[in-house]
Amino acid sequence: MTAGTATPNRPETRPGHGSEPAGRDSFGHVLWAEWTKFRTVRGWVIGMVVAGLLTVLVGYLSAAGSQTGCGAGPCHFYVPVGPGGEAVTDSFYFVHRPLAGNGSITVRMTSLTGKLPSASGGRVQAGHGAQSSLHPGLEPWSKAGIIIKASTRQGSAYAAVLASGDNGVRMQYDYTGDIAGPPGRPSAASPRWLRLTRSGDTIAGYESADGTHWIRIGTATLAGLPATVQAGLFATSPAHSVTTSKGLAGSSATGGPTLATGVFDHLGLRGAWPAGGWRGDVIGGGGPSNPYPVQGGGYHQSGGAFTVTGSGDIAPDMDWGAGPGRSIQFALVGTFFGLIAVVVVGAMYITAEYRRGLIRTTLAASPRRGRILAAKAIVIAAAAFVAGLVAAIVAIPLATRISRDNGNYIYPVNALTEVRLVAGTAAVLAVAAVLAMAVGAALRRSAIAVTFVIVVIVLPYLIAVTNLLPLSGDQWLLRLAPVAGFSIQQAIPNYPQVSNVCSPAGGCYPLPPWAGFVVLCAWAAAALALAVVLLRRRDA
Amino acid sequence: MSQALQAPRVGTRQEPAAAGPGLRDVLHAEWTKLRSAPGALWLLLAAIGLTVALSAAAAAAARCPAAGCGQDPARISLTGVYLGQAVVAVVAVLVVSGEYSTGMIRTTLAAMPRRLTVLGAKAVVVTGLVLPAGTIAVLGSLLAGRLILPGHGFTAVHGFGALSLGDGPVLRATVGSVLYLALIALLSLGIATVVRDSAPAIGLVLGLLYLFPIVAALVTDKNVQRHLLQAAPMTAGLDIQATTGLHNLPLSPWAGLGVLAAWTAGALLAGGLLLRLRDA
Repeated sequence: MTAGTATPNRPETRPGHGSEPAGRDSFGHVLWAEWTKFRTVRGWVIGMVVAGLLTVLVGYLSAAGSQTGCGAGPCHFYVPVGPGGEAVTDSFYFVHRPLAGNGSITVRMTSLTGKLPSASGGRVQAGHGAQSSLHPGLEPWSKAGIIIKASTRQGSAYAAVLASGDNGVRMQYDYTGDIAGPPGRPSAASPRWLRLTRSGDTIAGYESADGTHWIRIGTATLAGLPATVQAGLFATSPAHSVTTSKGLAGSSATGGPTLATGVFDHLGLRGAWPAGGWRGDVIGGGGPSNPYPVQGGGYHQSGGAFTVTGSGDIAPDMDWGAGPGRSIQFALVGTFFGLIAVVVVGAMYITAEYRRGLIRTTLAASPRRGRILAAKAIVIAAAAFVAGLVAAIVAIPLATRISRDNGNYIYPVNALTEVRLVAGTAAVLAVAAVLAMAVGAALRRSAIAVTFVIVVIVLPYLIAVTNLLPLSGDQWLLRLAPVAGFSIQQAIPNYPQVSNVCSPAGGCYPLPPWAGFVVLCAWAAAALALAVVLLRRRDA
Repeated sequence: MSQALQAPRVGTRQEPAAAGPGLRDVLHAEWTKLRSAPGALWLLLAAIGLTVALSAAAAAAARCPAAGCGQDPARISLTGVYLGQAVVAVVAVLVVSGEYSTGMIRTTLAAMPRRLTVLGAKAVVVTGLVLPAGTIAVLGSLLAGRLILPGHGFTAVHGFGALSLGDGPVLRATVGSVLYLALIALLSLGIATVVRDSAPAIGLVLGLLYLFPIVAALVTDKNVQRHLLQAAPMTAGLDIQATTGLHNLPLSPWAGLGVLAAWTAGALLAGGLLLRLRDA
C-alpha cells in the first residue's frame, strides 16, 4: 500500500473532501481524479502522441510507396463524375435521338444475350482483350433497355428501365439509384415491355408483360434536366473478373471485357420528338475499374426491330483495389499502428494501478467501483479521440496529395464522408482504448490484455487482407470481430448493382459503416460490463 | 553509476574462488522461476489450443474445387501459427517483464551478477519450453489439416496427396514452423529486455509482426510490396511454411527464416547490451 513511491498520481481532489462532504464522491470528482492520473504519467501522454504520429507517418509512407506505373510516366485518367459528386463508370452503346420536352418511349424487348471471356482461356491481360475467346453468357449486371439522358456527356443525369443478366427488370437512375422490378430475363416466349415517361424533371419507369397492363417500377427526379434530352435504346456489360488468392502476396484478378446484346421491337414514341432518325454512338471508354479496352458495340435496324450491342457499365465506379484508383481511406492505414499504441496505454491505464497498489487507494477514496471504471473509460476515450482526430485531419490531405502526385487516381468523396472518416477514425481509437482498458481491468495483466485486443482487431484484418481464408471467411471475420468498427473508414459505398468483388484489401467491408462501428462498441460495452462485475466482486 | 550496478560487482569480488553461480545454477534458477509461476504453463497450453483451433478452422474454410486451384495444403494447415505466435510472444515477454514489474530483477541480478548469462539462461529456458509446445501445436495443426482437407477437394484427383512428414517440403514446413515459434519467442525476449514494461513490449512485438504485412497488402507498388514482404519478420519467416509455388515467394523458405533469425539476433543483442549498460 505504498502508493507514494513511484506514483505521481495521487488525486489532488481527495484532501479537500473533508471540508466538503457533500461532493466528495460526486462523479465529477472521480472524473477529475482519473484525468489527473492520466495526464501526470508522462509515458501515457507520450503513448497517445505516438499513436497520432504513427497514424500520420504510416499513412504518408504507404502513400509514398504506392506509385502507379503506366509506362514511363504517371497515369492520367478521365473519370466522369456523376450528379451526386461520385466517380462513375458511364460507357455503353446508345441508339438515341433528341426529345425536346415531355414525352415517352415504349419498347418491347424479346431477347438479352451476351458474350463472356472463356473460362479456360487463361488470364486476359489488361489491354489485350481477346475477343476471339469469347463464349456465350451474361454477367449478372449485363443490361440493356431504354434510357433518357441529359446529354451524351459521360456522367450526365439519366433514368433507365432495363433488363439485366440475373437481376430481373430494374429502374436505375443517376448511377446510384436502383429500384427492382419483376424478375426474369426477356425471351421470345416471355417478352418484356418497357416504358419511360418524362414530365419536366420527373421520369417514371414502367414494365408490362403484354403491352396493355402496366406496372410502375418507380420514379426519379433528375434536378435541372434540360428541356432537350437524348433518349433511346442502350446496351452495356461490365468486365468479367475472377480473383485468385496468392496468399501473402495478395491476389490477382483475371478476366476480360464482355458484351451484351438486346433485341427490341414495337418501338413507340409519344410527345415532343423532333423529326430525324436514330443515331448510334459509343459512349465513354475504359476507366480505373475497367482496364479493358471498350469493345465498342453497334446496332442494327431491320424493319421495326433493333439489335443493340454494347460493353461497359453505367454505375458508380469502385474497383476495390483492382485498378489504380485509390480511395481516401488508404490515407488512414496508419490507424492500425496508432491503435496498438492506444491499446497499450488503455490497458496500462488500469493495470498500472494494480501493479503499484494504487487501486486500493482509488477504491478507498471512491468506493462506488462502477463509477471509477466509467470515469476511466471517459478519460481514456477522450484522450484517444483527440489523438485520432488530429491524426486523421493531418493524414487525409497529406497522404491524398502524395498519392495523387504519384499518379494515382483518388476517388472523389463528399464533405460529409470526409467528416465521417475523420470522426470515425477518432471514434474507433477511442472505443478500442475503452476495450483495452476494460479487458485490462478484467484480466489485471496488461500483456495479456494488450495481446487479446490486438488479436481480435489487428489479426482478423491481417487475415482478411492477405487472403488466408476464402472471401466468405474473411467477410465473417470482418462482421463479427471488433475490427468491424473500421468499416466506418470505408469511403466509397458498396452498391449492390456493381458486381465488383468486395475485397477487404481493396478497402471494402461487408457491413455498412455505422453497423460495423456498433459491433466494435458492443465488444467494448460487453468487456466494460464484465469488468464492472468483476471489479465489484473481487478484492482489489 | 548507481548502487544497483555496483552491488553485484562487489559481491563477486568477495568470493573470487566460487566465481558466482555457474551456468547450471542460473539455468536451474530460471527454470524454477518459470515453472513455479502458474501463468506460463497455462499460456503455453493456450498457445497449443489456439494454434490447432485456428488451423482447423482455416482447413475447414478452404476449398479446392478443381485441379490446379493453386492452394498450398501445408500452409493452410499451419495457419494457426499466426495466432499461436502471439501467445508464445506473451510467454517470452513475461519472463523478462514480469521480473521488472515485481522488482524481482534486482534479486536476480544480485544473485547472478553476470547479466548476459542471465539473459542467456532465460533464452535457453524459453526455447526449451516453446520447442516442445510448438511441436505439439504444429503437429496437431498438421493432423487437423490431414483429417479435414481431403473432404474439401484436396484429393489425389486434384493433385494433392495426404499431408505426410515423409514428404520433404511438408517436413520442412513443419520443422520450420516450430523453429519459427522459437525464434518469435527469442525475438520477444530481446524486445522485452529492451523495453522492460510488458504492455509496450508486447505491443511492439505484435506491431512488428502483424503490421508489416498489412501495409504490404495495401501498398500498390509491387517492388515496395516485395521488399516489405522480404524484410518483415513474420512474412519472411513464414515463407518456411510454403510447399508449393516456391518461385512466387519473395524469399526462399530457409532464407526467409534467416531474415527472422537476423531480427531475433538483433533484438537479443540490443537487449543484452542495454541489460549490461543500464541500471536494473
